Amino acid sequence: MKSKAISQTETGQSIKEKAPKASLASFIKRWETILVFLIILVIFINTRLSPYFLNLNNLSRTIPDFMEIGLMMLPLSFIIITGNMDLSIASNMGMSASFMGVLHNMGVNIWVAALCGLLLGTLGGVLNGYLVAKVKLHSMVVTLGTYAFFRGLAYGFLGDQAARNYPASFTYLGQGKIFGTPIPFSVALFLILAIIFGIILHKTTFGRQLFAIGNNEEAARYSGVPVARVKLTIFILSGFISALAGLVLAARFGSTRPDNGTGLETAVITASVLGGLDIMGGKGTMYGAALALALIGLLRFGMGLMNIQSQVQSMVIGVLLIISILLPYIGSNLGGLKKFKIQLKPLLTFLGIAAIFVAFLVFFMWSRGIVLSGV
Amino acid sequence: MANHSMVTQNESTHKSHVKQLGRILAFREAGIIIITIILAVLVTLREPSFLSIDNLTDILMNISLLIIVALAQTLVLLTAGIDLSVESTIGLVAMMVGFFLQIVPNLPNILSILLGIGLGAILGTFNGLIISYGKVPPIIATLGTLSIYRGLVFFYSGGTWINSFELPGDIKLLSKARFLGVPQMILFAILVALVIFLILRFTRFGRDIYAVGSNPDAAMFAGIRKQKIIFLVYVISGLLAGFAAVLWLSYYESAQTNTALGFALQTVTAAVVGGVSTGGGVGGVPGVLLGALLLGIIKKSLTLVRISAFWQLAAQGFLILVAVVTDKLIFKRGGRFEK
Repeated sequence: MKSKAISQTETGQSIKEKAPKASLASFIKRWETILVFLIILVIFINTRLSPYFLNLNNLSRTIPDFMEIGLMMLPLSFIIITGNMDLSIASNMGMSASFMGVLHNMGVNIWVAALCGLLLGTLGGVLNGYLVAKVKLHSMVVTLGTYAFFRGLAYGFLGDQAARNYPASFTYLGQGKIFGTPIPFSVALFLILAIIFGIILHKTTFGRQLFAIGNNEEAARYSGVPVARVKLTIFILSGFISALAGLVLAARFGSTRPDNGTGLETAVITASVLGGLDIMGGKGTMYGAALALALIGLLRFGMGLMNIQSQVQSMVIGVLLIISILLPYIGSNLGGLKKFKIQLKPLLTFLGIAAIFVAFLVFFMWSRGIVLSGV
Repeated sequence: MANHSMVTQNESTHKSHVKQLGRILAFREAGIIIITIILAVLVTLREPSFLSIDNLTDILMNISLLIIVALAQTLVLLTAGIDLSVESTIGLVAMMVGFFLQIVPNLPNILSILLGIGLGAILGTFNGLIISYGKVPPIIATLGTLSIYRGLVFFYSGGTWINSFELPGDIKLLSKARFLGVPQMILFAILVALVIFLILRFTRFGRDIYAVGSNPDAAMFAGIRKQKIIFLVYVISGLLAGFAAVLWLSYYESAQTNTALGFALQTVTAAVVGGVSTGGGVGGVPGVLLGALLLGIIKKSLTLVRISAFWQLAAQGFLILVAVVTDKLIFKRGGRFEK
């Protein structure tokens, strides 16, 4: 090793002469592999806890619950990779579904109404894309506004009515299965689209442009990447897919309400980040995102079987989200711990903060105990 | 400036600085001020009762909570972060304080406030730790704690809630009692605004916050303890959210598992409409106050002009987009919302 170091400084280069070796260790440390391992772990634990877990019927009934999240995750991953954000996806979904619903209530043919919903959602994406790409507003700000605007339109369209009585040909989209197999239509739709999006992301120039923009937008622009056009495209895509997800949701429920999908964007963002997409842009894989979706889905399914309430389920997912980022960081820092000297001041601070958290927990459990047992 | 003839160097520099500050302030907030005035004028023409003291007080009451938490959010946004968990912090602290008031009904209001602030600060400390020392990106960390704290509300309360009858009279009066004719909640909001303004404008800590947000590397090279600043900012955010929680409990006279649901994005909206950049380093208290005021006026005016309740949310969102776009178009140079 030492002679190598000398030769490097002699030539003034610090670039390694060979590419980093692809080893078993590096494959295991890859995020996607960890996700697969976690999925296997979750399946294993859950089969121990409940005999209903691996029941194919049960699975095929709950998996569609996540297909809307899955669909919206596909274009969102494009957006996140470029370093942007789209907070309006769930509102877009609600708006498109509501528009379709109100048209159908007025007697319009369901497929025409559905098409109109798709169109409206896509237009929503155009609005987002235009404001981000051409007016050059921050995507967080724009989609914050459209988050409220689209949801508002959803309420405006349907008011306090619900849209009901969709024909069976339409509800097939959300509830039907592929002929002869137990695979729900929405799952098949998701899988096909996921493969398409995955290919676009990893095997096309467009996909590489996304990574380029995420890593360094200025450099990408100077390299000839049509940044504005790319950004516009991904937001339009997001609008279209959100609308599609809205249709699938409406088909699955058999009815539409203006508050459909409220808060779903949090789940989509969580799934994307858990899947290894770097929120700063420039990194991530499509199958990582898909794996994360599967992990979250299986976790929620398992917890549901154990009758854990949905807010507590969300809490578990929240913990998982944070740990997923914390652990690799702590792991990479543990190597330096050998030289770690225990100094007084940081130690005291650490103990102080730990004591505060313990005090909080004690107060939490104590006050809860007293009141819940009836004071 | 040319009018001063015989002044000392220090005096004229100071006066020119003040004048420059004044001009920059007017320049930056001018867009929002114009939009607010136009909207107020339009509404008053349609519905003259808009300018009544009762109505204006109502608007101020409605936005007091928003102001307090939006200012907390502003501190976080200035460091190029975001705190999505404030709504869950409010929910959890409100529930915990509400529960504690069942155990000690005679608790003086000041102690309730201190309890809320303390609990909120602890929740904020957790955020600060994982963000500044755990290197978890703020949006992810607070997305996580958003769910975690909200889940804790559910776990803590077991699904029950605190209603008005279970709350002692003292706490219910905290927000609505009038001091010098003004409801106390408005005074609290003004107090918080003043303190944050002073911190940001006149203390080293405040300047460090701006520095960390606009150029983290340069701040680090200048000797600013970036980690400490970011950590503290989330602690303060939690602290203020805890304070707001006690006021929330007082004003709405209830604490439920869905208390303050959706509030986080409202605070970000108020800050952003008020000129705070989500990229960090840009924005100030006056802008945020105006932003919150604009949102409050929008909400109230839509009710007064009798737009159907179902279209109000859409109109709100639309007006926010208009505010943000016009601000960008008016001030093309150095747009506040550019990345």
